[in-house]
Amino acid sequence: MSDSLVQARGLRKRFGEFEAVRGIDIDVRAGEVFGFLGPNGAGKSSTMRMIACVSPRSDGELQVLGMDPDVDGPQIRARLGVVPQQDNLDVELSVRDNLHVYGRYFGMSRAAVRVKATELLDFVQLTDRADDPVEQLSGGMKRRLTIARSLVNDPELMLLDEPTTGLDPQARHLLWDRLFRLKQHGATLIITTHYMDEAEQLCDRLVVMDGGLIVAEGSPQELITRYSTREVLELRFPPGAEASWPETLRDLADRVEQLPDRLLLYAADGEAVLAAAHRRGVQPTSTLVRRSTLEDVFLRLTGRSLVH
Amino acid sequence: MSALRELSREFDARRAGLLVRVLPPGLYAGRARMLVMRSALASRSVWLAIVSGFFEPLFYLIAMGQGLGSLVGTVSGPSGQQLSYAAFIAPGLLATSAMNGAIYDSTFSFFIKLKYAKLYDAMLATPLGPVDIALGEIGWALLRGGMYSAGFLGVMLTIGLISSPWALLALPAALFVASAFASIGIAATSFMRSWQDFDLVQLAVVPMFLFSATFFPLSVYPSAVQWLVQAFPLYHAVSLIRSLTTGVAGWSALGHVTYFVVMATVGFMVASRRLTTLLLR
Amino acid sequence: MTGESMMLPDRKPVLAGWAAVFRVVEGLWTWYSRNWRATVVSSVLQPLLMLVAFGIGFGSLIATSTRAAQATGGVPYLVYLAPALLAVSAVQTAAFESSYPILSSFKWRRTYEGITATPITPGQLAVGQLTWIALRLIMSGGAYLLVIMLFGVVRGPGVLAAWGFAVLCGMAFSAPLVAFSAAQEQEGGAFTAIFRFVVLPMTLFSGTFFPISQLPRVVQPLAWISPLWHGTELARGAVLGTLQPVAAASHLGYLVVLLMVGVQLTRWQFGVRLTR
Repeated sequence: MSDSLVQARGLRKRFGEFEAVRGIDIDVRAGEVFGFLGPNGAGKSSTMRMIACVSPRSDGELQVLGMDPDVDGPQIRARLGVVPQQDNLDVELSVRDNLHVYGRYFGMSRAAVRVKATELLDFVQLTDRADDPVEQLSGGMKRRLTIARSLVNDPELMLLDEPTTGLDPQARHLLWDRLFRLKQHGATLIITTHYMDEAEQLCDRLVVMDGGLIVAEGSPQELITRYSTREVLELRFPPGAEASWPETLRDLADRVEQLPDRLLLYAADGEAVLAAAHRRGVQPTSTLVRRSTLEDVFLRLTGRSLVH
Repeated sequence: MSALRELSREFDARRAGLLVRVLPPGLYAGRARMLVMRSALASRSVWLAIVSGFFEPLFYLIAMGQGLGSLVGTVSGPSGQQLSYAAFIAPGLLATSAMNGAIYDSTFSFFIKLKYAKLYDAMLATPLGPVDIALGEIGWALLRGGMYSAGFLGVMLTIGLISSPWALLALPAALFVASAFASIGIAATSFMRSWQDFDLVQLAVVPMFLFSATFFPLSVYPSAVQWLVQAFPLYHAVSLIRSLTTGVAGWSALGHVTYFVVMATVGFMVASRRLTTLLLR
Repeated sequence: MTGESMMLPDRKPVLAGWAAVFRVVEGLWTWYSRNWRATVVSSVLQPLLMLVAFGIGFGSLIATSTRAAQATGGVPYLVYLAPALLAVSAVQTAAFESSYPILSSFKWRRTYEGITATPITPGQLAVGQLTWIALRLIMSGGAYLLVIMLFGVVRGPGVLAAWGFAVLCGMAFSAPLVAFSAAQEQEGGAFTAIFRFVVLPMTLFSGTFFPISQLPRVVQPLAWISPLWHGTELARGAVLGTLQPVAAASHLGYLVVLLMVGVQLTRWQFGVRLTR
């Protein structure tokens, strides 16, 4: 038995002919925030559903909390907290009733649920909305309630599938703050996301998935160091004008990526590359020197941009 | 589809002239037929539901006409003549199906479009106004009700339940009935807050269906109850259509028609006003 | 939030089978206790209104008819109809509860997905959902019976048996329908078709309002497959005291088989849909 909360070896998921997860290895350790980063259709949600013991694996090994999901599904689920991609709150019940009913599904006593619900409503800052029907909550509030609901059984492991997709920036930050607090209290979190900033903010360690496979693994900083340069120079050109430039500039940077609307030049010193480019007569409409992000890692690994 | 288009255009044209003059600009663009077209398009994906609506009164006619009819023998018609039980209930079922079709489209599906699909919000981003919406939805309910009524009249004719050429007028009469119920339905739905309020629709529709002299003549009631039943709109619909299919139409028919004109007008005015408040706030 | 024992597999069931089922029922009850109002009209008031309209209104038309007396076995039409409408209303309530709400819980509200993320299994959820529908039938049937007994329409211990038969009949229709609903991906008119071409004809042609012997001989066998016909025969026989042991056993047998098959199909379909 390993000391990982989740351990997968050669894990696969097939839906008929289509193979959503094509043999992945993962280890999630206690107390860390582990991320799955990838575009839609990369196999993140299928993996999450297998870990959540609601989708039997097609092949490979999987242990969650030291148990086999195929054998001990209910026992494992009793100790998980799941935040699904789409909220499945009961919109016709009040905020508090949602927590009560859900806690009971875990076998908790009414008294225990009552105490827990009050505590969790406070944690997700919904105490003053406790008696409102869920239907009247904003998207961000519903998401917070879903997180509160997933905490009702004091889970040892939390699974969050795209927790902030569709939320406005303010709601996202509030949610991140709550997740960060959970992490500080020692919770183990597995998060899927297709937002780079979310992965950088929250994850101690992450895997990049593409086409059902893991294409890279490490901490955000490790991945950036390994797959990108310290800085990036972005050059924007009028439509159609950038096509002739990559050849002229190729030797100035470690790597050049051509996107539909701009050129990305990867180098340790972006300003120096910009100066050299100007000397060669390049006249972009705008320029930007920035630090490398996971977006650049992703572009390097998969050959395409993630958010467009 | 092109016949449908013609029909809806004609329907619009007749109203447009008058309405454009009496309504403030912005509420009515004279394009209610676009909504009828949309409904016709959308109905193609639920054609089964549309077609099956025709069978509902037919099942009742067969079961009650044959099964109950065998227990009852004959019933007294509007002028005291003896009718077979099937001939007695058939006009009642025709009136009921005109009501049900109109109520379904103007309450349940209207509410879904208003509250959940947000269909009308999208329409108001175009030149269409709330009055176009009210008219268009009533128009569609009318078309659908008209198709059911025509089909059912055909069945009545085939199996010999029609005894007078006056029955030809039963079709326009059914349309009057349908438009009155559709207007009231939309007006009432515009006040509803959640799907829970639809039990009130049931509460209005079910007793009317059962007690409006549909399955037994008014004479079985004590006189106080008779007065109450005569206030139901469905009672007027049943009486009107029964007098036409049995060929005893008299001046009382005009009284029934007046009832529906008033009901349709009030419903339409309330519906337009409410939709304006709901959608253009 | 980290457990000391997290590496030790804990094989003790979190909730034993029936305990899990009752937690599901409890969840559905919580929902119902906040949203019950809308169901009163359709499941209690509607059958009572039908009883008044047909039993009293239509009944007065045939009060002196010898043909009618022959068909009903000499009992007043109101008494003939009352137990049958108990079964009809059980089937109608079951039909509604087993269609839209089921598909919605899978597809739109997604509450089933939430429940199976807990220790509760799809099979337990399926049985819990069916148990809940049975409870609903018991409650609305009880309310209907209470009213008609207060008015003295029917009385005697047979009424209690009729109550049970009506609930069984409703569930024999509900269980296969829940399995069907759980297999639907889109609404797409399937339910409209079920209501128009199954529920309504069943209501009208199952010997509720008149004996099926009044129907043309060729269509009579159709009534035999209708669970409502079996339920009506049982409920009416129990109230009027005319139940024959052999006939009763075969009606009961048919309904129980239908229920069992339906329950298995529902459990299987819930498993398929919630663990793919």
